[in-house]
Amino acid sequence: MRAIVRIIDWPFEALQRRLGAARMPYVFVLPNLLVFGIFVVLPMILNVWYATTSGIELMPAQRPFVGGENFAELLDCGNYLVIASCRQDRFWRSVDNTIWFVAFQVVSMILLSLITAMVLNRKMPLRGFFRAVFFYPVLLSPVVVALIWKWILQPDGVLNAIIVGQGGQRVPFLLDPGWSFLWTVVVSVWAHMGFYVLILLAGLQAIPPDLYEAAEMDGTPPWRVFWRITLPLLMPNMAVVLVLGLIRAVQAFDEIYVLTGGGPGTATQYIVQYIYETAFAGQVHILGLAAAASMLVGGVLLVLTLLQLLASARAKQ
Amino acid sequence: MPNNESETMIRFLARRRGNWTDWVSWAWMVFGTLAMFVPVMWLVLSSFKTQSALQEFPPGLMPTGQKQIAVAGYDKPLPVFLVPLADGTKGERAMVRRVGIELQLVDPAHPDGGLQRVKLADAVQVRELHFAWENYLEPLKQFNFGRYLSNSVIVTVTATALTLLINAMCAFALSKYEFRGRNGIFIFIVSTLMIPITVILVPAFLVVTRLHLGNSLWGVILPPAATPTGVFLLRQYMLTIPDELIDAARMDHASEWRLFWRIVLPLAAPALAVLAIFSVVWRWNDFLWPLIVLNRENVFTLQLGLASFQGELQTQWHYLLAMTVVTLIPVTIVFAFLQKYITTGIASAGMK
Repeated sequence: MRAIVRIIDWPFEALQRRLGAARMPYVFVLPNLLVFGIFVVLPMILNVWYATTSGIELMPAQRPFVGGENFAELLDCGNYLVIASCRQDRFWRSVDNTIWFVAFQVVSMILLSLITAMVLNRKMPLRGFFRAVFFYPVLLSPVVVALIWKWILQPDGVLNAIIVGQGGQRVPFLLDPGWSFLWTVVVSVWAHMGFYVLILLAGLQAIPPDLYEAAEMDGTPPWRVFWRITLPLLMPNMAVVLVLGLIRAVQAFDEIYVLTGGGPGTATQYIVQYIYETAFAGQVHILGLAAAASMLVGGVLLVLTLLQLLASARAKQ
Repeated sequence: MPNNESETMIRFLARRRGNWTDWVSWAWMVFGTLAMFVPVMWLVLSSFKTQSALQEFPPGLMPTGQKQIAVAGYDKPLPVFLVPLADGTKGERAMVRRVGIELQLVDPAHPDGGLQRVKLADAVQVRELHFAWENYLEPLKQFNFGRYLSNSVIVTVTATALTLLINAMCAFALSKYEFRGRNGIFIFIVSTLMIPITVILVPAFLVVTRLHLGNSLWGVILPPAATPTGVFLLRQYMLTIPDELIDAARMDHASEWRLFWRIVLPLAAPALAVLAIFSVVWRWNDFLWPLIVLNRENVFTLQLGLASFQGELQTQWHYLLAMTVVTLIPVTIVFAFLQKYITTGIASAGMK
């Protein structure tokens, strides 16, 4: 064991003899910076080239420069209120779906997380256990989450068995556009809300208890305590939860792709799936359009991230 | 803290009158627990059902199969039916053969007592708890799930070791040295947090292809190995390690590497443990990036194997459910033993 450790020591000590101790910090940061540079920064720059060139070639040098044509094609619509009139109607369809998804998912998730966090903040037995319960699905892989629910929602699945048992009609949950959309929202909330419960709970626990005691002595009604004390003091955490939730909801892909495949039709096709399929899954790989679309998504995420920085800066004050 | 817990319980029960909000709270928690756990329990129970039991509608709760019994004089165990007997009562009899709509049964207690004939419509299958372990064993043999499993383990273990090493080295330099460009490097690393993989899918794929890492596990392991959250978390922790320890060792002519490897790294073990837990969960569950890099079936991870297996025309749910359970075992173990570290880690660092 000692010998193995020596073997790891040796190259770094040899480097120190060559470079001197003062240069060693650069040696320490180098591996991390190399990985960031090659796999994050270089792609960022290349993305601009892909977005401004056309063709199906992967190699950058073989791609003809077209300027803003990819963006123009994405944004070209006869009438912006009619998705079918757009040249890339699949893009607009997925943008439209994503907006609805984000609206429903983020609002319902924050509401449920807030209620759960407030209940967990009460002095009740088994608090630790309940907190863990809500967190468990957060650790599950998106594929596992999707398969768990696909099995439940099948035409012959347990949910339909319950409905038929109550005298109802079988519902083809994943074959009906409306139901399918609803279930992508439910499954996504189910899988992620535990994370947001934790953040809100941390915020609730930071509220000084004497504020509540004072309110109780004054006989303030509970709903007023909620509006006047809890909610205002929880605002910084609420802001973080809101922005983080938005950032993740815009990028929703994994569990929905496995659960519905974007279907039926394009009812649950969201923007990341559009990028993925345009670039990699179709017959022809239209990399330019995909790169342009991902830059647009990147722009939206950048705005949201700046909002988050602003929110957490205010949270620290 | 069992003491604390029981104290809360006693105080809770000893209050004079339960307030209605207590009831609402309890109802919410019970509902939440059911909503979170029942889907997973249903998956686990279903995964032990035989293929034919899975096709039943409505499905039974427990995995059951027809009871089989070994009867003297017959090579194979015989299926058991509940049938009307000559004296008007009902009893269990083992089926020897079926002729049209008629069953020929034998009394398991008296195999020599001759055959009894009963109409199929009058006989009821006797069911008992039966776990279809073959659902777990067959896919590992027949399909490539053994391979997927080992690929997933290789990716998770290698990537976590690599992540810990290079992130710790970087955090060490950023927390324990004064050097030109230090703040710039730190800001640069933290700002890469803003670039999720979804924004650079196409060019990241090009880079991996040009480096000949396409369809190789290294293509999955390397790109996400440098994590901004990891560097940030470790740096914050290392800042709390006193510099005197390092200065003293430097007096003894320890090399800079030894300061890192022998002194700072062991002291940073708690932070490394938190990052290790997160890295294992991230890597085990990773989907979009492996989906793009790995196209050949023999390099698939478990997640990709599951996703492609479920997409096939006639989904073989009995195998799929069992393999899904296998996939959720590691994170469930992590959850069961380490959930306290994870939840406090999230509450303090806000990461996932």
